[in-house]
Amino acid sequence: MATAHATAVKKKRFSANEISNGANTAINTFFWIYSLLCVLPLLLVVAVSFSDEKSVALNGYKLWPEKFSLGAYDFLLADWKPIVQSYGVSIFITVVGTIVSLTIMTMYAYPISRRDFKHRHVFSFIIFFTILFNSGLVPFYLVYKQGLHLQNTLLVLMLPLFVQGFFVILIRTFFSNSIPPALMESAKIDGAGELRTFFQIVIPLSLPVLASVGLLSTLNYWNDWFLSLLFISQDNLMSIQFRMYKTLLDIAYLSSNSQAYSAIMQANPNFQMPSETARMAMAVVGIGPIIFIYPFFQRYFIQGLTVGAVKG
Amino acid sequence: MEMDQATQAAAQPAPAKANAKTKTLNQGYWQKYGIFYLMMAPALVVLIINNYIPMIGGLIAFKNMTYASPSFFQNFMDSPWVGWDNFHYMFTSSDAWRITRNTILYNAVFIVMNLIVGVSFALMFNAMRNRRQAKLHQTIMFLPYFLSMIILSYLVYAFLNPDIGIMNRFILPWFGAQPIDWFSDPKWWPVILPIVNTWKGIGYYAVIYLAAIVGIDNEYYEAAHMDGATKWRQVWSITIPLIRPVIIIMTLLQIGRIFYADFGLFFQVTRNAGALYDTTLVIDTYVYQGFLVTGDIGMSSAAGLYQAVIGFILVLTANLIVRRISKDDALF
Repeated sequence: MATAHATAVKKKRFSANEISNGANTAINTFFWIYSLLCVLPLLLVVAVSFSDEKSVALNGYKLWPEKFSLGAYDFLLADWKPIVQSYGVSIFITVVGTIVSLTIMTMYAYPISRRDFKHRHVFSFIIFFTILFNSGLVPFYLVYKQGLHLQNTLLVLMLPLFVQGFFVILIRTFFSNSIPPALMESAKIDGAGELRTFFQIVIPLSLPVLASVGLLSTLNYWNDWFLSLLFISQDNLMSIQFRMYKTLLDIAYLSSNSQAYSAIMQANPNFQMPSETARMAMAVVGIGPIIFIYPFFQRYFIQGLTVGAVKG
Repeated sequence: MEMDQATQAAAQPAPAKANAKTKTLNQGYWQKYGIFYLMMAPALVVLIINNYIPMIGGLIAFKNMTYASPSFFQNFMDSPWVGWDNFHYMFTSSDAWRITRNTILYNAVFIVMNLIVGVSFALMFNAMRNRRQAKLHQTIMFLPYFLSMIILSYLVYAFLNPDIGIMNRFILPWFGAQPIDWFSDPKWWPVILPIVNTWKGIGYYAVIYLAAIVGIDNEYYEAAHMDGATKWRQVWSITIPLIRPVIIIMTLLQIGRIFYADFGLFFQVTRNAGALYDTTLVIDTYVYQGFLVTGDIGMSSAAGLYQAVIGFILVLTANLIVRRISKDDALF
């Protein structure tokens, strides 16, 4: 009621050049429905994960559990090690990958942003060309697997995403547009070397763009499964995304070995594996962090995206 | 600064009789800028491994690869050149036409959807009276953008699971329709995939277009209002013309990438179901399938190079056009 009142009061302040009440209501209704369509599929997954396996198998997925059950989560917890390990892999590659990536991209972007650096065109071209021409999957795979033998390492999950041409250009554009050259000049007059100017003047002034790129990079690492699909076959190196993928294909991938299952089956021959609900519980476990983090970081993402739209 | 001296010696072999003046100038240059080369070195190493060696490796499309040695580089040197054989082989198969058609048609539909839905959503956001509600919807709409393709495949599976999914168990019976075996009937996917793609990406496009709309000076609208222009008329005569550059640039950039498909979308959401290939196989999934599942390196590397070269030409062309419209928005 309080909000309705507030809107009523606010309405009077709107200028005559506003959409009509009818149109406003129509748009509001439309967006409420659309927002619901964005959230409902996720709620469906959550609801199924809390449902009883038998009722799901019998009557299908429901937006509200027909029969509430924690069976799927019990099942996941019974063999929690692979899931925790996958979280560990995902967190490691996301944190280390993002830090390394941000560091070396920034160090590349700075020299090519300097107008007085005579080779900046050559090095800018080297980065541009990687955006324009993509070698394709086959040679990429062969170089990593048969050339460098990096399959089944944590490095191969990070290295291919270390330097993204588009991000480097984003940082470079920020450096050349938003750092006043006069500031760098005065630092030089004060006797600061190039490195000191970079760390003490350029970096602190560039935190907005670094935050945006860092978050975009975090998202890339966290959501990546393609590199695992190509290069990872060892169970202990599976990221959470890759384990989710494997679980959707085959429920057995919830566990790192089949011993857990045989133990359960031996203890209780009538045990029915909660495959449908456990799958969805696995999805909930995988979706969790993104859902909680994204509303806070969304602002920086949007900032980064709109900067990106202006340049590239 | 020993490193700098060394780099200098390697990079700029000064002529034996270089005069003293040039030498001091050079020394000044390396003392001042030498550090730049060191700063760029790590990223350069990554680019060489990740981009430039594979680019040269792309030439295997013209080779008949053999696997005598465990090392790719050795195999690359040892394998015989076969000219255009791999391409000939690929283009005479029915796949070449199918994957090209699917890639371009899907991307064309995605581009149109992103444009129409994106601009409409942005216009509606801008028209909403309650700013806070607009912001809330914007935030919710952005959620799918953050989800990985794996999660999307779970969500789609929850709807399309033939036995217990929402579509067959709930929505279709409600309309009195027969259940559909979604993962073996290719004809529905040209509808499903654009819906999924738009659902995932529209938060992004709406935000970009909204940013452009918000930037328009309010005076235009006030003047139009004084002249008696309706809200609808204002949209068509002020808003759309003023955000036209952004629309054109966003669309051209997507057209430049029309030859590249979103691997995750076509691989994960369709669950890579072979029965669906007629309408879901695109160049990227074809290369993956041919290479890592069938093991046909010749044909898949030919398809990969075909994509890279056409894609390169399209990106260049799109950028050239963007440059004509607005130099600042061009990629280079």
